[in-house]
Amino acid sequence: MKVAKRTFDAVIVGAGGAGLRAALQLSEAGMKTAVLTKVFPTRSHTVAAQGGVAASLGNSTEDNWHWHMYDTVKGSDWLGDQDAIEFMVKKANEVVVELEHYGMPFDRTDNGKIYQRPFGGHSQNYGQTPVSRSCAAADRTGHAMLHALYQRNVRANTQFFVEWMAMDLIRNANGDVLGVTAMEMETGEVSIFHAKATIFATGGAGRIYYSSTNAFINTGDGVGMAARAGIPLEDMEFWQFHPTGVAGAGVLITEGVRGEGGILRNASGERFMERYAPNLKDLASRDVVSRAMTTEINEGRGAGSAKDHVLLDITHLSPETINKRLPGIREISIQFAGVDPIKALIPVVPTCHYQMGGIPTNYKGQVVVPKDGEKNVPIVGFYAAGECACASVHGANRLGTNSLLDLLVFGKAAGETVVSDFQSGQLKLQPLPEDAADVSLARIARLETQTGGEDVHEVRLEMQRTMQKHAGVFRFADVLKEGVTKIMDVAERAKRTQIKDKSKVWNTARTEALELDNLIEVAKATMVSAEARKESRGAHVRDDALDCAETPNGRDDKNWLKHTLWYSEGNRLDYKPVNLQPMSADVEPIALAKRTY
Amino acid sequence: MSSKRTVQFKIYRYDPDKDDKPYMQDISVELEESDKKLLDALVRLKAKDDTLSFRRSCREGVCGSDAMNINGKNGLACLTSMDDIVQPITLRPLPGLPVIRDVIVDMTQFFKQYHSIKPYLINNDPAPERERLQSPEDREELNGLYECILCACCSTSCPSFWWNPDKFVGPAGLLAAYRFLADTRDQATSERLDNLEDPYRLFRCHSIMNCVDVCPKNLNPTKAIGKIKDMMLRRAV
Repeated sequence: MKVAKRTFDAVIVGAGGAGLRAALQLSEAGMKTAVLTKVFPTRSHTVAAQGGVAASLGNSTEDNWHWHMYDTVKGSDWLGDQDAIEFMVKKANEVVVELEHYGMPFDRTDNGKIYQRPFGGHSQNYGQTPVSRSCAAADRTGHAMLHALYQRNVRANTQFFVEWMAMDLIRNANGDVLGVTAMEMETGEVSIFHAKATIFATGGAGRIYYSSTNAFINTGDGVGMAARAGIPLEDMEFWQFHPTGVAGAGVLITEGVRGEGGILRNASGERFMERYAPNLKDLASRDVVSRAMTTEINEGRGAGSAKDHVLLDITHLSPETINKRLPGIREISIQFAGVDPIKALIPVVPTCHYQMGGIPTNYKGQVVVPKDGEKNVPIVGFYAAGECACASVHGANRLGTNSLLDLLVFGKAAGETVVSDFQSGQLKLQPLPEDAADVSLARIARLETQTGGEDVHEVRLEMQRTMQKHAGVFRFADVLKEGVTKIMDVAERAKRTQIKDKSKVWNTARTEALELDNLIEVAKATMVSAEARKESRGAHVRDDALDCAETPNGRDDKNWLKHTLWYSEGNRLDYKPVNLQPMSADVEPIALAKRTY
Repeated sequence: MSSKRTVQFKIYRYDPDKDDKPYMQDISVELEESDKKLLDALVRLKAKDDTLSFRRSCREGVCGSDAMNINGKNGLACLTSMDDIVQPITLRPLPGLPVIRDVIVDMTQFFKQYHSIKPYLINNDPAPERERLQSPEDREELNGLYECILCACCSTSCPSFWWNPDKFVGPAGLLAAYRFLADTRDQATSERLDNLEDPYRLFRCHSIMNCVDVCPKNLNPTKAIGKIKDMMLRRAV
């Protein structure tokens, strides 16, 4: 099969928030750039973000980046790298104001500034009182942001390859990245995108779980491609379960609901968060709230005939506030829960939402791996940003509104790094290996000819059920161990997937089979990394981690204050230290402490 | 409601790789109790027959991927309830755009029109250090405009767009045009109006209001188009 080759200065994979923000830097610098995206850009999952983007603008309550930094480090349960976190919170005002200049329709305060609302885990004065830090466009912030970024790219003449699915990363013998192979969905043809720089902005893989707020497209394509190409994945055991997914449907209800005054109640109507987080209550960090809810349900205080969910109450808010600040939530509640939240309580359960780990990067967006005894050596030509990357700013638990901030700051940073490497002449178009497309062509050929194989839908379902059962909100040593065996079995089955659809044109069966290859890498990484981490930290909480003076909340800093690195080949684990040192002298390191809210 | 029920479909099928021409396929599927929306039923159907092709992503009505013609009316599969839907459920691609395969249409023309109205804020003043100020009242003018998800339900239900997809901007593009005209931060009002002053681009809208009827986000392009026409008129006198 003949493979077309296209050459660019840079190729960006993914056109969600991070990809679009990176693309702007490159387009405006005049670089010849291709943005590959398997859906039209405004259909990327950034569109579903609701509650806001964090920045210490201080428009409603006093705020500064020091407090934001403290909250983020504490939220991460100290697993976040403090240099990257300092970089992010310091850049927040700049990237949010920039977005406003691009036309983003933020809500406004009475004096015309960007409206800000409180959010979980964000506080004034180092954990004392809630702060209004989340910059919001009603409860449609992600939609408003993604459209504003796309629109700005239209203005900048960015070249998009819409409905092209990236398949495999191309590396040379030295390990340098030379681009990707990709399939045009309309024709089924595979092309090589040969570039001096490759930026991954492919989002998360929340679809490894059975119950997820994530879109169907969130299949961890970039993460899977990187893993198959020999790049380790960082901290994949840490998955955020959002407290408020609609029970049964999984659709997200923003934390902004609680930011606007919403209250979680158990079956008897008790505001149970007062018992778990006396200070921030319903606005405690997401991992804390999700565990509290799960405990309420496990101890028989859940609502409904099956006692399998809790209730989110905003009936005390005025209909005007609900219609003005939370119109999308009202729509979602009516559509997916059959409940008008003006009059009745919304049934909610913790639901898989966000991948804290990913492709290891530094704060400049360069992908870094261990090499020759060094732990963080940049891979030539390879960059990543957004949910697919691990900078690491979220550590063991992300704060709400820090994801939109992450994709803006690191999308821009990755773009700036590429532009500066390009302009300094550092980036070169290196010769392609002869076999650059062979892996991708072999994957397609196998799907063409596989007989007696496995059903894609069935294998994916088995993976999702295994993840849900064996690596959920609370984790158990024996269940995790069994989970590793099971997920490796599922991975074996995924090697033999078979599809009936053999068409070249818009073959979604083939797309789903290729996506499953990516999901499986993420699922293996998650289960194996989780089984190995013998402590509780942030979103990873296990039964055999003792809560005592030495290990508060089960967190074992002596042995486990380190990042996990999982290699697909050989299913191997490695570790690297957490960077507890901020990047500048402007701030002292945030000292380790027991995490309470 | 019983936990299992079988539903009947009539679906437009066409695979250019093997079919000479399109045909309507009669097919049924057994649903689980958790299958509440049409998209759930389609996913269930696809598990049975993986050749059925449709776009989908967020499954909650914000990404705009799964627009199709459902029992004769454009809508999003993910927001269409299975409870009171008429069977057999007849599914066709959005009308008026070239079909690629099954219910997947080529949306090039639709996006070309969207791009033609310069869908981005134009403000040539030097960027201030902080946000540009906008009163809550001025911001409210954008409500009902910025929420568009570009699903194309409206434009592909509009007879004027069917006739002149290359010349008439269509309801989605015009809604976006007014979104920027209504933004106090935008400075390109007269340029934007010039761009629409043409017998086709704006004035092919004859207030048929199919767009309003089908919009899954309950937006009102006809009203926005009326406001653009008002601005044109006020400019002329």
